[in-house]
Amino acid sequence: MTGFVARRLLLSIPTLFIMLTAIFVLVRLVPGDAASVILGDQASAAALAALREKLGLDQPIQVQYLAFIGKILTGDLGQSLSSGRNVIHEVLLVLPSTIELTVAAIVIGLAFGLPLGVAAALARNGWVDYVARIVSLVGLSFPAFVSGILMLIVFAIQLGWFPVLGNTSGSGDLAERLRALALPALNLGIIMTAYVMRVTRAAMLGVLTEDYIRTARAKGVSPGQLVATHALRNSLIPIITVVGLYFGTLIGNSVLTEIIFNRPGLGKLIIGALNARDYTLLQGLMIIFAICVIIVNTLTDLAYGLVDPRVKYT
Amino acid sequence: MSAVSDTTVAARPGGLWLAFSQNRLAWIGLVLLALIIGVALCAPWLAPRDPLEQDIVARLQPPSAEFWLGTDSFGRDVLSRLIYGARVSLFVGFLAILIAMLVGTAIGVAAGYIGGIFDQIVMGVLDVLLAFPTLLLGLMIAAMLGASLENLIVAIAVTEIAPFARVARAPTITLRQRDFVEASRSYGCGPFRIMTRHILPNMLSDVVVMSSLWLASAIRTEASLSFIGLGVPPPAATWGGMIREGFENILDAWWLAVFPSLAILATVFALNLLGDALRDAADPRSR
Repeated sequence: MTGFVARRLLLSIPTLFIMLTAIFVLVRLVPGDAASVILGDQASAAALAALREKLGLDQPIQVQYLAFIGKILTGDLGQSLSSGRNVIHEVLLVLPSTIELTVAAIVIGLAFGLPLGVAAALARNGWVDYVARIVSLVGLSFPAFVSGILMLIVFAIQLGWFPVLGNTSGSGDLAERLRALALPALNLGIIMTAYVMRVTRAAMLGVLTEDYIRTARAKGVSPGQLVATHALRNSLIPIITVVGLYFGTLIGNSVLTEIIFNRPGLGKLIIGALNARDYTLLQGLMIIFAICVIIVNTLTDLAYGLVDPRVKYT
Repeated sequence: MSAVSDTTVAARPGGLWLAFSQNRLAWIGLVLLALIIGVALCAPWLAPRDPLEQDIVARLQPPSAEFWLGTDSFGRDVLSRLIYGARVSLFVGFLAILIAMLVGTAIGVAAGYIGGIFDQIVMGVLDVLLAFPTLLLGLMIAAMLGASLENLIVAIAVTEIAPFARVARAPTITLRQRDFVEASRSYGCGPFRIMTRHILPNMLSDVVVMSSLWLASAIRTEASLSFIGLGVPPPAATWGGMIREGFENILDAWWLAVFPSLAILATVFALNLLGDALRDAADPRSR
């Protein structure tokens, strides 16, 4: 198991480099250059030159690249241009709030998506299956900000069940926090439920036609046990894959959700950076997202090993 | 070897159409989409007013007999803006997917056919692209290039290249070893001719089948970027932009955000229904 983990961790290093290189190239694809994007059209030539020097843009491209990689490896993502604070510091300040939101969404998504998916697969082509499929497709069709706005209008503004402005101060009161978390988490959770349900249904349908399921049925395994130990466990690999791949979408959706519900978090940080043309903060956030994606992908692969002992890395 | 059977089933247009046309949900999606495209095409005749015409006296009017879906904070007619907004969403979505399809398919076929280290590097990069949050990638590109129609299309196209390349690569790898490709190679066909004349036509249906689902994703991304403020700049009417304006007035004018939201939902839902049905028709196992 240790060897498996070590090999998988090694594999993620080239991926990280590809991602960092992609971000480096992307940032340099800017028409004009980053300095002119930051300062806008009316900047003087002297101001541009000064900023170029500060950002290291006057160096040859290969020097810029090495400096870029070197700084990241030493954990230095630079200073935010608008606040002057360290990018890492800015991120750590709001990260707990985003993690709270995404974890709540994952819990909701799995808690409802898995049983609904199993139910739909068992009732294949019945009316339960039909309704479940349509409802989940509607759920998947929602851009996160659209469902968020509709929920905000109905539950917070019209019915007044939840605060309109989210957790503004992060005050310690647990009940207050949960009330502020409820709508945003539900917004992300419902979309994820639709997704998990679809994947679970498809994976279960694939497994349920296998010979060993028929054998288990023939030897009198109860339906509950058949699903729990024989069918669901073998469906878990595709489910884990897709849930792992969904992480990117979840991050994107959480950005939109944070804007709608006015929650502090990475999403609001991104939008702030965007509006302030804070290019170092944007670049830093991209790098952090890239690292998050790699960590989740690695964990996803490691989870295969836990679920299915046959998975080995060679 | 399922890729081979997928290809052969999907390669028979009659079989694909038969399976597709028996799907009730597919028809709902098709009719809904045709309706939306029709509205977009006939916008000048359908819209009761000029979508850009401001009327400060009639600002923030709730839905009424005169303004069916109300007016916005500049007194512009929401219904007319909704109808014109369909043009932007569909145009951006279709064009972005077309570009992504061309580039992605070319990359996928080349990677699958050439193979070896080239394939490994290309797929490594694509896997990374695929894992990266679509919205953030689009956001980053649009933010770097600046908000305009062309840049928006480019940003969305880039986010959809990787899925096309993946779908194009898989059948290419199996087709490459088929006898007819071997035969044309022995006749002296060059790699370019084999890829474009022999491999491409045999896997194109796989790509086309998926494009409906990714068009849905592209339209969703367009709406999200417009909502963030990186879409087609105002005063042009776009659904995402309308929701952005509606969000600013959400406490006193719910209709501003709700109607464009429903329009986006209907469009994406129609494309998802259609895409699901196409995929099921091409792949009999998932039926």
